[in-house]
Amino acid sequence: MKWFSRAAAACAVLLIHIAAAQAVQVTDERGIAVDLPRPPQRIVTLLPSLTEAVCEMGACARLVGVDRYSNSPDAVRALPQVGGGLDPNVEAIVALKPDAVLLAKSSRVTQRLESLGLKVLVLEPKNHADVQRVLAKLDEVLGTHEAPRVWRVIDASVSAAAQSVPPAARTLRIYFEVNNAPYAAGESSFIGETMARLGVRNIVPAALGPFPKLNPEYVVRANPDLIMVGERSAAGLEQRPGWAGIRAVREGRICRFTAAESDVLVRPGPRMGEAARLMAKCLSDKAP
Amino acid sequence: MNAQRRRALILSLALLALSVGALLFGLGIGSTGFQSVLAARHDPIALQIVWDIRLPRTLGAWLAGGLLGLAGAVAQGLFRNPLADPYLLGSASGASLGVAVALLLFGASPSTTQWVIRLGLTGAAFVGAVVAVLLTLALARGVQQTLRLLLAGVIVGVVLGAVKDLITIQSADILVALTGFMLGSTGLVGWSACALMAIFGASCLLLGWALAPVLDGLALGESTAASLGLPLGAMRAALVAVLALATGAAVAQTGLIAFVGLAAPHLVRSAVKTTHAWLLVLSALMGGLLLMTADLGARWFIAPQELPVGVLTAVLGGSYLLWLMHRRSLRGGA
Repeated sequence: MKWFSRAAAACAVLLIHIAAAQAVQVTDERGIAVDLPRPPQRIVTLLPSLTEAVCEMGACARLVGVDRYSNSPDAVRALPQVGGGLDPNVEAIVALKPDAVLLAKSSRVTQRLESLGLKVLVLEPKNHADVQRVLAKLDEVLGTHEAPRVWRVIDASVSAAAQSVPPAARTLRIYFEVNNAPYAAGESSFIGETMARLGVRNIVPAALGPFPKLNPEYVVRANPDLIMVGERSAAGLEQRPGWAGIRAVREGRICRFTAAESDVLVRPGPRMGEAARLMAKCLSDKAP
Repeated sequence: MNAQRRRALILSLALLALSVGALLFGLGIGSTGFQSVLAARHDPIALQIVWDIRLPRTLGAWLAGGLLGLAGAVAQGLFRNPLADPYLLGSASGASLGVAVALLLFGASPSTTQWVIRLGLTGAAFVGAVVAVLLTLALARGVQQTLRLLLAGVIVGVVLGAVKDLITIQSADILVALTGFMLGSTGLVGWSACALMAIFGASCLLLGWALAPVLDGLALGESTAASLGLPLGAMRAALVAVLALATGAAVAQTGLIAFVGLAAPHLVRSAVKTTHAWLLVLSALMGGLLLMTADLGARWFIAPQELPVGVLTAVLGGSYLLWLMHRRSLRGGA
């Protein structure tokens, strides 16, 4: 009888240890500590880059719902969509019974979901360092140890892409247009950081902020050698007043990315390596 | 006169009955459909969906619509202008600016983030709406001159809107969240929001009802109102307060919902001619029913997805106003 109670006590201690090892407290980007009794098994993500990151870390099967704009990898297309950043659908989210909801910091639904008793984590990568940090956070949340590997893959792909850029292309000065307002990707954005790794120069200095709204005149005066732009906002680019004189337009060095390629380029997530490859390919194609 | 009062009473009872019907109807509409109601007895998630999401949002739509209807009736009476709406004194731009500033400060530094979390986006919107009205009052040097007040409201609205645009240009990533606020949505209304709106609604309605004789007097002209021996200045200020608080409370919880405040008093007036005391109550009931119905439609039309309710009220309210103007011009021509 004595050995039994001792064994039972040992088991109890062991169980407590396991439970303690499983329960985690994760501090999200609001600085709020979120208690997770165990690694979440039913996850809803409301940001495409987070969806991609969760899947890249091998936890795609744990996703039960995503936002309308999450379209990669293919596996998430079959999942229920619970609205977008503009109009998250509270009822649809709750109905999925998630044990964690991952979303961007500007999402309006955070407070409401928390008041309904859901665990909400605000994670929003904005640059390379953020991506690395968010991956580490996701490791804590998911109870995985994938972040170092995923980051190594991104880092290696960016380096490989950089090596494929022909030396002649390295002198090019680039204008990356995010949309035709026009908003540009500056040096301090993750797109700018990737460009810097590729060894090319950006016409928008870091001082202007990550995604400044430019005066079209600024671009004309900066006279970039190459323009990277999404197909959607490329229409009529040559006809903008004064733009016909820009060297990139004159010499036909404009890379128009398809909608799918644009998705890859403008999401700070695990596909940043692929984005670097797309940019490197553009540079090789258009190198003088 | 007695017949008119009876008509008003019948209309208010009819509006109430329709609202209760719509409220019950609202329990069954949503992305998971009617089966949530059937499953609510044994499934805690279904119960939560019906009880903590659908019921408060339907009730919240009614309360917000009521606040906007009341504010619209007060604004139209106060400014003696049938095209006045609750956002006339700059509340809308103020509220959007409040939200924009909150979004900008969120994440700017740990201390500002703490502030924003404590105040919340709804708090920021409310503060913005009320500050905008105070600014309008300061610019108009009080409430004595209606025209001056109107002009000041328009100017404050434009200027604050421009400041908001400046902020969004500086940090483009808040644009999506801000657009969501400006479209208006009842999807995020919970019980606490309902309680807040109910408190504001009850006190604003009581105050407005008590001040209704001033509006009746004003309808006959400023000098007539003054000759009635009412303390016009103080009562006008109190009416502006009703307008500002009712609008602020609704906007903070649901964002900018268009046309409910404008259309509700017109709908009431087209059904019954009555005093302002009745008009305020009826406009509140009408506004509540309008927004609640629009909310049901927003959830229903493309379920399981949902439309922003503000878009729906703009389309419905806009077409109603066009029809009203068309009918008036026909009658005027005849």
